Amino acid sequence: MPELDLNFTLLLISSGLMIGLMYALIALGFVLVYKATDAINFAQGEFVMFAAIMAAAALGANLPFWLAAAIALGGMIAFCFGLERVVLRKLLGRPVISVIMATIGLASLIRGVATLVFGAGVRAINLPISDEPLFLGPVMLPPVQLVGAGVSLVFLAGFTWFFLKTRMGVAMRAVADNQTVSMGMGINVQRYFALAWALTGVVSALGGVIWGAMLGVDNQLPLVGLKVFPVVILGGLDSIIGAVVGGLIVGVVEALAAGYLDPLVGGGTKDFAPYVLMILVLMIRPYGIFGRRRIERV
Amino acid sequence: MFYRESGVFKTSYAADMALMPLPNTRWAVAALGVLFIVIAPLACDEYTLSVLNLILIAVVGAIGLNILVGYTDQVSIGHGAFMSVGAYTAAHLITQLHAPFWIAVPAGGLMAALIGALVGIPSLRIKGLYLAIATLAAQLIIEWTINHVSWVSGGTQASIQVGPPSVFGTELTSAWQMYLFLMFFVILAIVGTQNLIRSRIGRAFIAIRDQDIAAEIIGINIFRYKLWAFAISSFYAGVTGVLYTYYLGIANYEQFQLDVSISFLAMVIIGGLGSTLGPIFGAIFVTLLPIVTRRVLESVGGLFFAASDLSAVIPSLRLAIFGGLIIFFLVMEPEGLNRLWRNVRNYFRTWPFSY
Repeated sequence: MPELDLNFTLLLISSGLMIGLMYALIALGFVLVYKATDAINFAQGEFVMFAAIMAAAALGANLPFWLAAAIALGGMIAFCFGLERVVLRKLLGRPVISVIMATIGLASLIRGVATLVFGAGVRAINLPISDEPLFLGPVMLPPVQLVGAGVSLVFLAGFTWFFLKTRMGVAMRAVADNQTVSMGMGINVQRYFALAWALTGVVSALGGVIWGAMLGVDNQLPLVGLKVFPVVILGGLDSIIGAVVGGLIVGVVEALAAGYLDPLVGGGTKDFAPYVLMILVLMIRPYGIFGRRRIERV
Repeated sequence: MFYRESGVFKTSYAADMALMPLPNTRWAVAALGVLFIVIAPLACDEYTLSVLNLILIAVVGAIGLNILVGYTDQVSIGHGAFMSVGAYTAAHLITQLHAPFWIAVPAGGLMAALIGALVGIPSLRIKGLYLAIATLAAQLIIEWTINHVSWVSGGTQASIQVGPPSVFGTELTSAWQMYLFLMFFVILAIVGTQNLIRSRIGRAFIAIRDQDIAAEIIGINIFRYKLWAFAISSFYAGVTGVLYTYYLGIANYEQFQLDVSISFLAMVIIGGLGSTLGPIFGAIFVTLLPIVTRRVLESVGGLFFAASDLSAVIPSLRLAIFGGLIIFFLVMEPEGLNRLWRNVRNYFRTWPFSY
C-alpha cells in the first residue's frame, strides 16, 4: 500500500472532482432523454465522439474556435432532431429492449461512419487557453480540466434554472411526469420529445469539445460513455442534481482507485471501481440517491 | 406425395404437443438433416466449412440468449462474459486434468450457469434498463477479473492453449470433423430448447414475458423462474464459449468482449425474438455479414476507395452496416427474419389455392 500522503490524496480528489463534473455533463444528456421520453441512450459516448469529431474537423479547416464549437453544436442538434424523427418516434411503445438495441446499433453506426468519413487517426482540439497548470497550494490544476469543470457547472446550473423557471422546462417536466395528462393540458408531447433529444445534442456537443480537448479525438473517446451508467445509477436516473452528485462520486472514486489500488493489482481499476460501486447501489437502492422511487413488486 | 392440412383433426393431447405435427415438417427436417450432416461436409471445401463452423457455434449461443431475451423478456448485455467463464473453466479442466470434451463442455456450461444465475439475482428487484446496466457491469467486471487474476487467466496474455477434442480416441483436427462435432451440439441445443419451451418451465418463462404480475398471481414463482432463465441461458453461453475454445484452440478473453455480447443480442433481434428458427437465421446473418462485407469490398471496393485505404475502410464499414441493420430491423421488421420466413411459408402453405 502506498503511504497515505495528504498532498497526493488532495491531488487525486481535486482532479476527481473536476473529471466528475465533466462526467456529470455527459450524464446530464442521458438523464434529459430518460426523464422526458423514457428512452435509454446507450450511444451517449458516441454522441460525444461525433460532436468532438465535428469540432476537430472544423478546427482542422482553420476555422476559429468559436465557429468550430458552433458547428459541433448545430450539427449535434440537427442530428438529434433527425434521429428522434426517423428512428425513436417509430419505437414509441415498444419494449425497453428495442430502444436499448436501437441505441446500441446507433452507437456502432456512428462509430463506423465517423471513421469512414473522418479517418481513424487521432485529432486534437486545442482550446484557446494556455497549457500551463495552475498551482493552488500543493494541488495542481490543469486548465483544460478547470475550464471543463467550469463549463459543466455553468450548464448544470443553467439546466436546473431551465427546468424550474421557464415555460418549456416546466412543460418538459410535465411530459416526463405523465404523458397522457400533459396531452390533456395542451402540451405537444412529440415536440417536447424532440426538444429533449435536441438538448441532449447540446450537452453532447459541449461534452465532445471538452473531452476531445482533454483526451484527443479518436475512436477511444466513446469509452467515456461507459462511465455514464455508474453516474446515473448512483445519482438516480431522472434527477439532474443526481447526475452531478453521481458524477462527483464516480470521479473521486475512480481517481482514488487509480491512485491507491492500481499499484496493488496492476492497473485498470479506474474503469472497474465505478461499476462495483454501481452494483452495490443496484442491490441496495436501485433508484439511486436522488431518483424517484417507483414501487414495482415483480 | 405431400400431405396438405385441411383442418385440425387432433384427437389426443400427445398429437397436439407433437414436436413435428405435420408430415411435411418431418420430411423437411429429414431433408435438412441429410443436407447438413451428410452432403455439406462432403461437398464444402475447408474454408466454407470453417465459416459454417463459426455459424454453428453462434447458433448455440443465439438460441441460448433467445431463451432469456425472447421467451422470458429479460435483457442481458453480459453473455460475452458468460461465454468467457465457460471457456476458461473448460480450458483449465482440459489443460490441468486432461478432461475429455464430454466433461469439459458441460462443466463450462455449468460454471457459466452458476455465474449467470448470480448475475440474475438482481433481476428480482430490477428490470428493463436497470437489468441491462447490471449485466453490462457484470460483463466489465468479469472481463477485468479474468484479465487481472492470474490463476483464472492462466498467466501470460490471459490465454490458455487447448488441444483439439478427441472422440472415441480420434483427435478432431480437420474442418469436417469439427463440423460434425459442432453439429452434434447444435442439434442438442435446438431439440433441447424446443422441448424446454413446451415444458412447464418454458411455459412459465412465456407467462413471465407476457404479463409478469398475472404470472405471479397464477402461482408462478417469478424469482425462481427468472433465475432459471438466466442459468439456462448462461449454460448455453458457457457451452458456446467452450466450443469457441475448441474451435480456436485457445481460450482468450479478447474473444468474449462487450462487442460479442452485442452481436449475440443483434442475432436474436435480427433473427426474431421468441422463436427457434429466429436465432438460427440471426446467427447465420450476423456471422456472414463481416465475411460478405469483406468479400464484396475486396472485389468492388477498389472502385470507390484507394487500395491503401481499403484495409481501414472495411472494419468501419462493417460497423456501420451492422449498426444500420439493427436499427433498420427494429424500425421496419421488429419480428425479424423469422417473420419474413413465416410470411413466405404461410403463402406456400395454401398455394396455389390461397383463398
